[in-house]
Amino acid sequence: MRVGEREEISSFPSCFLLSSLCAEAMATGQLFSRTTQALFYNYKQLPIQRMLDFDFICGRETPSVAGIINPGAEGFQKLFFGQEEIAIPVHSTIEAACAAHPTADVFINFASFRSAAASSMSALKQPTIRVVAIIAEGVPESDTKQLIAYARSNNKVVIGPATVGGIQAGAFKIGDTAGTIDNIVQCKLYRPGSVGFVSKSGGMSNEMYNTIARVTDGIYEGIAIGGDVFPGSTLSDHILRFNNIPQIKMMVVLGELGGRDEYSLVEALKQGKVNKPVVAWVSGTCARLFKSEVQFGHAGAKSGGEMESAQAKNQALKEAGAVVPTSYEAFEDAIKETFEKLVEEGKITPVKEVKPPQIPEDLNSAIKSGKVRAPTHIISTISDDRGEEPCYAGVPMSSIVEQGFGVGDVISLLWFKRSLPRYCTKFIEICIMLCADHGPCVSGAHNTIVTARAGKDLVSSLVSGLLTIGPRFGGAIDDAARYFKDAYDRGLTPYEFVESMKKKGIRVPGIGHRIKRGDNRDKRVELLQLFARTNFPSVKYMEYAVQVETYTLSKANNLVLNVDGAIGSLFLDLLAGSGMFTKQEIDEIIEIGYLNGLFVLARSIGLIGHTFDQKRLKQPLYRHPWEDVLYTK
Amino acid sequence: MARKKIREYDSKRLLKEHLKRLVHIDLPICSAQVTESTDFTELLEKESWLSQRRLVVKPDMLFGKRGKSGLVALNLDFAGAVEFIKKRLGQEIEIEGCKGPITTFIIEPFIPHKEEYYLAISSERLGFNISFSECGGIEIEENWDKVNSIFLPTKSPLTDEAIAPLIADLPSEIGKKIGNFMKGVFAVFQDLDFSFIEMNPFTLVDGEAYPLDMRGELDENAAFKNEDKWGNLEFPLPFGRVLSPEESFILDLNDKTSASLKFTLLNPKGRIWNMIAGGGASLIYTDTVGDLGCATELGNYTEYGGPSEEEMLKLARVILDCATANPDGRKRSILIGGNIANLTDVGATFDGIIRALKEKKSELKEANIHIYVRRGGPNYLTGLAKMQAVGEELGIPVEVYGPEAVMTGICNRAIEGM
Repeated sequence: MRVGEREEISSFPSCFLLSSLCAEAMATGQLFSRTTQALFYNYKQLPIQRMLDFDFICGRETPSVAGIINPGAEGFQKLFFGQEEIAIPVHSTIEAACAAHPTADVFINFASFRSAAASSMSALKQPTIRVVAIIAEGVPESDTKQLIAYARSNNKVVIGPATVGGIQAGAFKIGDTAGTIDNIVQCKLYRPGSVGFVSKSGGMSNEMYNTIARVTDGIYEGIAIGGDVFPGSTLSDHILRFNNIPQIKMMVVLGELGGRDEYSLVEALKQGKVNKPVVAWVSGTCARLFKSEVQFGHAGAKSGGEMESAQAKNQALKEAGAVVPTSYEAFEDAIKETFEKLVEEGKITPVKEVKPPQIPEDLNSAIKSGKVRAPTHIISTISDDRGEEPCYAGVPMSSIVEQGFGVGDVISLLWFKRSLPRYCTKFIEICIMLCADHGPCVSGAHNTIVTARAGKDLVSSLVSGLLTIGPRFGGAIDDAARYFKDAYDRGLTPYEFVESMKKKGIRVPGIGHRIKRGDNRDKRVELLQLFARTNFPSVKYMEYAVQVETYTLSKANNLVLNVDGAIGSLFLDLLAGSGMFTKQEIDEIIEIGYLNGLFVLARSIGLIGHTFDQKRLKQPLYRHPWEDVLYTK
Repeated sequence: MARKKIREYDSKRLLKEHLKRLVHIDLPICSAQVTESTDFTELLEKESWLSQRRLVVKPDMLFGKRGKSGLVALNLDFAGAVEFIKKRLGQEIEIEGCKGPITTFIIEPFIPHKEEYYLAISSERLGFNISFSECGGIEIEENWDKVNSIFLPTKSPLTDEAIAPLIADLPSEIGKKIGNFMKGVFAVFQDLDFSFIEMNPFTLVDGEAYPLDMRGELDENAAFKNEDKWGNLEFPLPFGRVLSPEESFILDLNDKTSASLKFTLLNPKGRIWNMIAGGGASLIYTDTVGDLGCATELGNYTEYGGPSEEEMLKLARVILDCATANPDGRKRSILIGGNIANLTDVGATFDGIIRALKEKKSELKEANIHIYVRRGGPNYLTGLAKMQAVGEELGIPVEVYGPEAVMTGICNRAIEGM
């Protein structure tokens, strides 16, 4: 048997002839004017603002973006038109936008490559839309072909995919075309010149606007058709269109290796369909340097058969009558000579130079360039989310996880802005565990339960419980720490301390329990004391609290040191004993009420639990029984 | 992201599976893939036909002319096939100037046959080219005048009328079979986002179409729509393209990001190295170095677009490592070029490059590196100033140019004094 093998069959001449003939079906002549308005699909602030800035320096009276389509959103977007802010309507569907802005005939599609084809097709189907520009790179070929077919049979124009867009100098600009305002001014794109330009590459189109501005009177219109294998409109489509625009006196084409699009231009030139000078260069002569097949930057730029090579295309264009330089470096001179010849022949009407108005600089870019300064409105010292990953007090989140830190360590970083030793953070964690809940009857939990049963959401239920925390509920830890510290630091004996409190009519916080007695101590207190005695370098405040307890127990058997008193006094030991805080810092911590923070944090765990509990149990609205209320005058 | 060739094994796998799904044609083809990691005992267990039938073996490496190159073995038993493969696996061969090892084979049943038909479908901008010939096989090019082609516009269905000119010369019974087969293949082509399919040849077995040789090319852009249909699919590199570790590293980086990062090593001993932004500009810089007669000194082709600072750092490290690997006292140049950017913050992109330059200070000096920068666009003044400053800091000659300079002017500067 024979096994057939051969290399790729090269082009079918019939096919590119067909495409050049059909090119006439595309809109001929002008696509844009100074009154053209576009609909912008998928809200992107910067490209729209750049379009409006361009409008302003061109002296347009209306902004070039009539409306924005942002699927699922409606309303307005605030943008600048010169010095003024304007509100551009936002629509949730293409149909609604087209109905609201019947004179907007350009659709600028900033959708992702996944959805660009579908939204472009619905845009093409709107009777008001004539031109669709697709920015996304990576649209499937078969989808683009559907768009091309629809556009051709309905006399519409697709620019892209994989393009930056295009520009008509002094009139209309698609998206990010031509880059910054400085560049637009530099390239004199704010007023029309006499050159029509078309290229595949968006980046190179910007470069060429510069080059062309240097050696001619500038661009009249420039289009980047995009780097795909099948662009929505082709180099020759636009050259033929430019040929019909009277203001355009010469054309410049920058092609690329790969594909056969340039040959339809060759055909058009040969058939005499183009009667203005065309200066052309096809880049990619370097492909022969590569031994095997290479995919260059653009999808369409693939080294392949000889016919698709840059050399062959340049040769064919030259033979068909285009001005083709010997290299890219000579491109500028070829453009210059062609333009000067037109000037000599009197074919160029001198451009009236205008001075474009200045665009007010954005505050952000002015700050960035160091021209102005602005005060900040917020200061933050505990965390920073600007880098690769968020940091807590300078420690990246990943190393917090990697080092096996716990919640206590995170509290240490975010509350105290330092890494406390593990025994300290472990103590914090124990405190949180001990204070997490205290049953359904305390005021916080009660409020949370009532709120949850009223059908309110988690956050409402939680905060209604938290709102009860204060001088009477949960505030004892903070107070215990304050009073114990004050008494100890002033050298008061337990007797002096307790009696002075009594004189002021204040119950000693941290002392006393509903159930526990001197002979039946609180197990939690004992555990805390054991932990501290084993791990803390000093427990002087706790010892003082114990002495106070000894004195109060002599007055009544239920005046034991409770959990609040133990935590309060031990926290003082933690702060003083760790050696990591100055005296001022300790005073400040106690003054601000950090310990109350510990209680709020801990109790939130319980309150959230109560909320979930009530919701899980589907408890109905709570109503307090009449019997339980004393109605009286 | 573009059109990608796939192996014959995958082309046939997709065709068989989806002909059945879409048009209920059950192709009786079998194929087995063999690579370095194949366990022949396991393979035999999975594909029992291998021991029951006479076999054909050929490399499955995206290159053609396998028959003419003596790389196809016919009518073997399994032991013979294994021996044929073992002798050639990993062996370096040269096909049309591209050298590379053979790493993948395809084994299929040997089908004695008379008819050799040719079928090709290619996706064109405005539709599809479908070509058919009764005289397919190894001499197809010589018999090109016997190939009939139709052009089917994008939205037209492939009807009997459309196919008629292709199969007009066949007896009606066979014509009908082949016409149906074509419609099936076309349905698979469209449904799976093929951009090219060629069967040269296919034959008839028991009156049913049977592809003997097949090539396929998929549109990788459509991968997101075809995840399930394509299954576990590999896009092999073109034959002869063996990636250097640096190239693999950048390819890997490129596959993981939305940015574009391309690096091809051309000549490790080259003295001109590229770090060019933009698909269009990178091509033109490379052209220009060639136009200036220095193609042989070109170290690499590089293109980047939209990288983060970290990605730029990694790419720049690779290029600097290559550029400084072979110092010989003579001048070496690095071109940090690009067109006038539309959006890219030039200053920010340069930060990654500058970090890499600082890391490689001593290597750069030892290799006598000169750096030429040309870029315009957002924030370019800051970028150029930073580049100038890092040159002074490291004691490396750096020249910077903005949009006022011709884009490729730095190529001339790089070559001067080399």
